[in-house]
Amino acid sequence: MTELSHTHSHAHTLLPSDPALRVKAIESLLVEKGLVDPSAIDAVIDSFENKIGPRNGAMVVARSWTDPDYRTRLLDDASAAIAELGFSGMQGEHMVAVENSADRHNVVVCTLCSCYPWPVLGIPPVWYKSATYRARVVRDPRGVLAEFGVHINSETEIQVWDSTAEIRYLVIPERPEGTDGMTEEELASLVSRDAMIGTGLVATPGAE
Amino acid sequence: MDGIHDLGGMEGFGPIPIEENEPIFHADWEARAMALRMLMAFWGKWTLDAGRHSIETLPPSDYLGLSYYEKWLASLVNLSVTANLISKDEVASGRAAPDAGKATPPIDPDGWNQFLPRGRSTSRTIDTAPQFAVGDQVRTAEHMQSGPHRLPRYARGHTGEIILHHGGHVFPDTNGILAGEHPQHLYTVRFAARDLWGDEAAAQDTVTVDLWEGYLARA
Repeated sequence: MTELSHTHSHAHTLLPSDPALRVKAIESLLVEKGLVDPSAIDAVIDSFENKIGPRNGAMVVARSWTDPDYRTRLLDDASAAIAELGFSGMQGEHMVAVENSADRHNVVVCTLCSCYPWPVLGIPPVWYKSATYRARVVRDPRGVLAEFGVHINSETEIQVWDSTAEIRYLVIPERPEGTDGMTEEELASLVSRDAMIGTGLVATPGAE
Repeated sequence: MDGIHDLGGMEGFGPIPIEENEPIFHADWEARAMALRMLMAFWGKWTLDAGRHSIETLPPSDYLGLSYYEKWLASLVNLSVTANLISKDEVASGRAAPDAGKATPPIDPDGWNQFLPRGRSTSRTIDTAPQFAVGDQVRTAEHMQSGPHRLPRYARGHTGEIILHHGGHVFPDTNGILAGEHPQHLYTVRFAARDLWGDEAAAQDTVTVDLWEGYLARA
């Protein structure tokens, strides 16, 4: 064992039990000591709430559906292709785009923590970070997807991508039938967060 | 480390906690805990991998019992105390020690807004040629050290195929104990689900894992 893991010391147990009070106590200490700029706290929260999120990823998917050259670039070098649309950075430095087809359905997990492509999907939902999703989807992807209402043909391969390094995966769902005349914005509005993780599909508008 | 964080394949956790129209944060304190953890990293006293390891080394009951943001907060406190940025007495009292000076924060809002779209790449140029190429069959290590690493239990001692090569990346096993980046070639390795889980898995299903060269041997 390393010195670091020996000295972690569980100082966190000294904090109040109510999490809101716990955060308040530590925030006030860090600000009092000049360790954190209070206005930077607001900047960080604003960026998580307003700058990153699944609308970004949906624009990438919609572009990949309407522009074959873009799709080629996206599958070849996803970080660069996603940056073309203005999305890049923390927890998305090394992107890989994986496309669904009739033969293969992709689904993403991080079994060891909660790695997730922040620039294009934002902060992960609670279920993605849950012990049960992380434990189960590598072993029983069909059972997990069924809980999301997604039923994959028994002939289709399911490929589960476990993000154990700093590579972040974006699933490119299949473009649904009946969307030929739609604009890129209209197409983007069809693409859910879950469809880009692989726990959802994109339905033909009005078909549900 | 064979810790509680290494969850892949464990059973008994029940259904997926799906929440319709989930908010980004469920409470203000969650957002503030996350922001504090992000901002304190700019002191440069720990690495991405050491931060992750600090969560992995929480007691298993805390790991499973605390929410995501409670774990971030626990990790922040433990890392900050270990790095001597704050003391245990200060954590307990909630006040700075009388003789504690006032520091200058390492990052302000402009700095954050410039940092966010750049991030921190873990890609590194390395001189050594990759030992493996896309299409090669490789076997993963059977045993791993007690410190940080990124080879899940379920993928140890198995044979898979290299499907992507990502070049050199910072090595978590050393970076996680503040012993240097020592970048290695990083690959995505695809395993047949049945090799990992047996006949309950569908014959055509696969699982990929991102693995550093040191975890792999030619099969």
